[in-house]
Amino acid sequence: MLAKRIIPCLDVNAGRVVKGMSFVELRDAGDPVEIARRYDDQGADELTFLDITASSDDRGIIYRMIEQVASQVFIPLTVGGGVREVSDVRSLLNAGADKVSINTSAVLNPQLVADAAGRYGSQCIVVAIDAKQVSPAHWEVFTHGGRTATGLDAVAWAKKMQDLGAGEILLTSMDRDGQKSGFDLALTRAVTDALEIPVIASGGVGNLQHLVDGIKKGGADAVLAASIFHFGEYTVRQAKQFMAKNGIEVRL
Amino acid sequence: MVATVDVAVVDYGMGNLRSVEQALRRVAPAAEIVVTDDSGTIANADRVVFPGQGAMPDCMREMDARGLRDAVLQAARSKPFLGICIGLQMLFEHSSEGDIAGLGILHGQVVRFASNMRDAQGNKLKVPHMGWNQVHHVKHPLWNGIEQDARFYFVHSYYVETQDASLVQATSQYPHSFVCAAARDNLFAVQFHPEKSQADGLKLLQNFVQWNP
Repeated sequence: MLAKRIIPCLDVNAGRVVKGMSFVELRDAGDPVEIARRYDDQGADELTFLDITASSDDRGIIYRMIEQVASQVFIPLTVGGGVREVSDVRSLLNAGADKVSINTSAVLNPQLVADAAGRYGSQCIVVAIDAKQVSPAHWEVFTHGGRTATGLDAVAWAKKMQDLGAGEILLTSMDRDGQKSGFDLALTRAVTDALEIPVIASGGVGNLQHLVDGIKKGGADAVLAASIFHFGEYTVRQAKQFMAKNGIEVRL
Repeated sequence: MVATVDVAVVDYGMGNLRSVEQALRRVAPAAEIVVTDDSGTIANADRVVFPGQGAMPDCMREMDARGLRDAVLQAARSKPFLGICIGLQMLFEHSSEGDIAGLGILHGQVVRFASNMRDAQGNKLKVPHMGWNQVHHVKHPLWNGIEQDARFYFVHSYYVETQDASLVQATSQYPHSFVCAAARDNLFAVQFHPEKSQADGLKLLQNFVQWNP
C-alpha cells in the first residue's frame, strides 16, 4: 500500500539553511547539500525548501542551491517562497525542483496556479495555505507569513485551488506553528475530507505522537515538520518507526 | 553526420528532465548523456529514455509538434528504451485522458483512478496517487538487485490496463492491483519515477544503462 510521507522542511536564506541544525557530525550546519543528504539517509520521503531570502537580487542563489542538492539527493524536492510568475516556476523546475509551492501569489493571482499547472502539470504545483481559526469550525486564509487576513475561508479556498489545478495542498495552522502542541486536527480533517488531492499537514509538531495524530485523526496524506528534526530531538527514521508501531504504513 | 551518444533523453518540452538527466549521470558517470529534441540524435543514440509529465494529450501534441513521433517509434522498436510515467502511458493504444490515441506500440488502455476510493479501513484514497508505493515484480534484468516489494515514488492519476499479461513486469496496489511496469523485447517502461526513488530507483536506471536485450 501507499506509504504516508514524512517531509522535513528547511528554511533557506541566501542559499544557506537557517533555523539551525544540531547534528554534531555535520561539518557545516548551514550547508543545504549536507543537510539534505542527512535527511535522505534517515529516510525522508521528500524535502521541502522554503526560500525566505528577502532581496530579490539574491534569487539566483536559490537556483544554484537546488541544482547542487538535486545532483546528489534523488528524492522529490519542493521549493517555495517568492514564486510570483510562471517564469519563477520554470526556473525552479529547471534548476532541479520537482514541485513548486505557491502561497501568497496564489491569493493575489489565482490564475497563476491554473497557468503553472496547465504548463507544467498539476503534479508539480503545490499550493501552500496558511490558516487561522476565526470561529468554531471556521478558518481564514492569511498571507505574507500570517500577517495579512484575506477574508477567504480556508476549506473553500483549498477546493478552489484543487479546481484550478493544484496537485497537492500544504496546509499550515498559523495558530499552531511554532507552538509544539500538535497539528490543528479539526482544520486538517476539514480540508482533507473536502478534497480529492493529497494534503500535507504542517504547523505545531512537538513530538512523534503529533505525527501519528495528524494522519490518524487529521486524515493527512503527509506530515511536514521542521524543528523536531533540525535540533536532533528525533531522526526521521525514529519518527517512521514510531508511526509504523502505531499501525501507519511508512517507507522504512 | 550526427555523433553517437550513449543515452538520449527525449525532450519534447513537457516537464522537468533535469532529474532524469542527473540520475543517469550518477549511475553512468562515463557515459555521454544528452537531453535532446533532435530526431537524428535520438536515432543515433545507443539507448533512449522517454520521460513525460503533465497531461498525456499535451505530451502527445508537443511530441508531434517537434516532429519526434517517428524517432520515438523507431527507437522503441530497435534499441534499449525506457519509458517513465507518461512516457509509459504514451506507448499504449488509447487514453481516457482527453480520449486520445497513444503510440499504440503496446496493447492496452490508460484509464483514471476512480474518485471516492477507500482503503480497507475506510480512509479516502486521494488522486493523484502520490508517494512511495510497493512494487511487486516478475523476473527481468531491470529488477536485478532490487528487492521484491521495494518502494518507488509515484505521482499519477491515470494507469494502464492491458489484456496482454506477457507485458506486465510489475504491479502495485491502490487499492486494487494496477500495472506499474511493462516490457517487451528491447522496451521497458515504468509508471513510477526511478529518478526520484532513491537507491532502488538509481539501481533500476543502472540496470537499464547496462541492459543488452
